[in-house]
Amino acid sequence: MSLFADIKKNFGSFQLNVRLDTGGRAGDSRAQTVLGILGASGAGKSLTLKCIAGLIRPDAGRIVLNGRTLFDSEKRIDLPPRKRHVGYLFQNYALFPHMTVYENVLCALSAEKSRAAKGEAAKQALSLMELWELRDRRPGQLSGGQKQRAALSRIIASRPEILLFDEPFSALDSHLREKLAVELQLFLQHMDLEAVIVSHSRDEIYKLCSDTAILEQGTVLLQKDTKALFADPEILAASILTGCKNHAAAVPASGQRVFVPEWGITLETGREIPADITHVGIRAHSFSEEISENAFPVKDTAGTEEPFEQLIRFRYASQDPSSEMLWQRRPKGNEHLPERLGVRPAEVLLLRKRGFLDEC
Amino acid sequence: MTLFPLWNSIRIAFFSSVIVFFTGIFLAHEIVKLPRLLKGVLDTLLTLPLVLPPTVCGYFLLRIFGLRRPLGAFLARYGISFVMNWQGGILAAALVSFPLMYRTARGAFEGFDEDLAGAGKTLGLSDTFIFWRIRLPVCRQGILAGLVLAFARALGEYGATSMLIGYTPGRTDTISTTVYQLWRTGNDLMAMRWVLLNLLISAVVLIFINLLERKP
Repeated sequence: MSLFADIKKNFGSFQLNVRLDTGGRAGDSRAQTVLGILGASGAGKSLTLKCIAGLIRPDAGRIVLNGRTLFDSEKRIDLPPRKRHVGYLFQNYALFPHMTVYENVLCALSAEKSRAAKGEAAKQALSLMELWELRDRRPGQLSGGQKQRAALSRIIASRPEILLFDEPFSALDSHLREKLAVELQLFLQHMDLEAVIVSHSRDEIYKLCSDTAILEQGTVLLQKDTKALFADPEILAASILTGCKNHAAAVPASGQRVFVPEWGITLETGREIPADITHVGIRAHSFSEEISENAFPVKDTAGTEEPFEQLIRFRYASQDPSSEMLWQRRPKGNEHLPERLGVRPAEVLLLRKRGFLDEC
Repeated sequence: MTLFPLWNSIRIAFFSSVIVFFTGIFLAHEIVKLPRLLKGVLDTLLTLPLVLPPTVCGYFLLRIFGLRRPLGAFLARYGISFVMNWQGGILAAALVSFPLMYRTARGAFEGFDEDLAGAGKTLGLSDTFIFWRIRLPVCRQGILAGLVLAFARALGEYGATSMLIGYTPGRTDTISTTVYQLWRTGNDLMAMRWVLLNLLISAVVLIFINLLERKP
C-alpha cells in the first residue's frame, strides 16, 4: 500500500511543487503509514490534498495510489475524483446541511444498486462511529465531535483506499481536540488504511503520524520519520514548525563546536559539524540551570506564568542588548530567576537554512 | 368587473417565472465559472434590463420580434408571433424580471461552500446529482427569493408589456395596463379597485419573501 505524488502547479503568485511518498522506504516493516504534512497556513497543504483527490488539476506530475495511476501529465491520465477512491475529511467536514446524517452516509453508497445493501452498509458505517442513534439529525444539530464522526462514517461507507485529512481538529474547541485525536488514532488503526494528515499543529502531527513532511511555500523541504524529525529537524523551517523557539545564525568552529555570533557564545555539540550548517536551534525546555555543559551567564531575565509551566525570557550576558530574547521553559515552583543556563551538547540542533530541493 | 386582467397577469407572470427560473439558474451557475473579463462583460449585459427603462426593453423586443423584422417575420411564417398577443407579454415580463432571478441566484451560488461539491465528488456522486441534490437545495433560500422577486416584477410589468402587446380588452390587458387605461378614461372607481387588488398581491409577495429570508 502506497501513495506517490509528484505535483507541480503554478498559481501565479504561488508555486506548488510537492513530492510525497508513503511507501518504499528501505527496511520499513510497518504495515501502515500515516503521513503528516506540517506547514504554516498558506504553505499549500490543502492544495496538495485537493490535487491528490482530483479536486484541483496539477499542471504537471504524477500521482500513483497502490499501483493505480490517478494522474499522469505525460500519459494524459486524469481520473475524476469519483473514480479515485480517496476518502477526504474536509476542514469543516463538508456534511450536506439539508440532509440527515443517515442521508449523508447514503450519498457515499450511490454505486450500490440494491436498496437493502445500501441500508445495511449505512447502518454498519454509522454503528461503527456510534452514530446510529443520531441518524435522523441534521448536521446543524450535531456537536463538533459528532460532525467529525458523521463525516468519518460517510468516508467509511465510500470504501476509500486512502484517507486524506485536512486540519481534522481546527474546527473544534481546544478541550475536544485531545479526545478526538485519540478517537482518530483508533479509527486509523481500525481502518488499517494509509492516511495523509495535513496540519499546522506539531502536537497533532506528532501524535498521529509515523512520517512527517515539512511543507514551506509550496515545497516539501524534508520528509522523514516523525520522531527522528522532532529529534533532528535538519532545516531551519522544520525546526520552527516543530516548535523550537530559539534560533540564531551559526558558523562551524574548531572541533565539534559552533560559534553563534548573535549570542556571542561557542557551543559544544558532541558531534561532527556538517560544513553546510547555517543556524543552530535550542528548544526552550533544553535549557537548565543544572546542566554544566554549554553553561553561560544570562541577563535581562523575566518570567511569564503559563497554566502549568513557567516561561523565562533572557539574553546571554555576551549578547547585544538590542538583539532578540531567548526562551526557557521550566516546571513551576522555582521562585528565583536563573543566572546561568546550560544545554546538553546533543540538544543543540544543527540546521541548514534551506532544503536540498532548493539548491538543485 | 371582469377579472380577465388578473388572470392574464398571473398566467404571464407564471410562464415568465418558469422561463426566468431555469435560464437564470443556468446562466448564474455557468457565469460563476468563467474567467473574470468575460464574466464582467456578460454580467453587465444580463443585468442591463434591471437598469434600463422598461420601455427601452420593449423597444428592443419590437426591433427583434416586430413582424417586419427578420426574426419576427420568420417566426410569423410558422404562426408564432409575440406582438399584440398575450404570449408576447411573457417575453416582455421575462426580459425585465430576468436580472432579479439571475443576480440573486448568482449571489447564492457564490456563497456556496465548494467543499460540499468536493465532498460529493470524492464520495462518488455524479455532477448532475451534486447540482440538483446538493448545490440547489443548499442555495434554496437565495434561489426562491430570486424567483419570488422575479414573479412579483413580472406581475407588475408595464412598460415593455404595453409597447409589445398594447392594450386589447379581453386579449392582452393586464392589471397594470388596465389601471392606466381606467385612469386615462376617467373611471377612477374601477382604477382604485385594481390598485387595491394590486396592493394586496404585492403585500402577500413581500410577506412571503420575509418568511423565506428567515433562517429555518
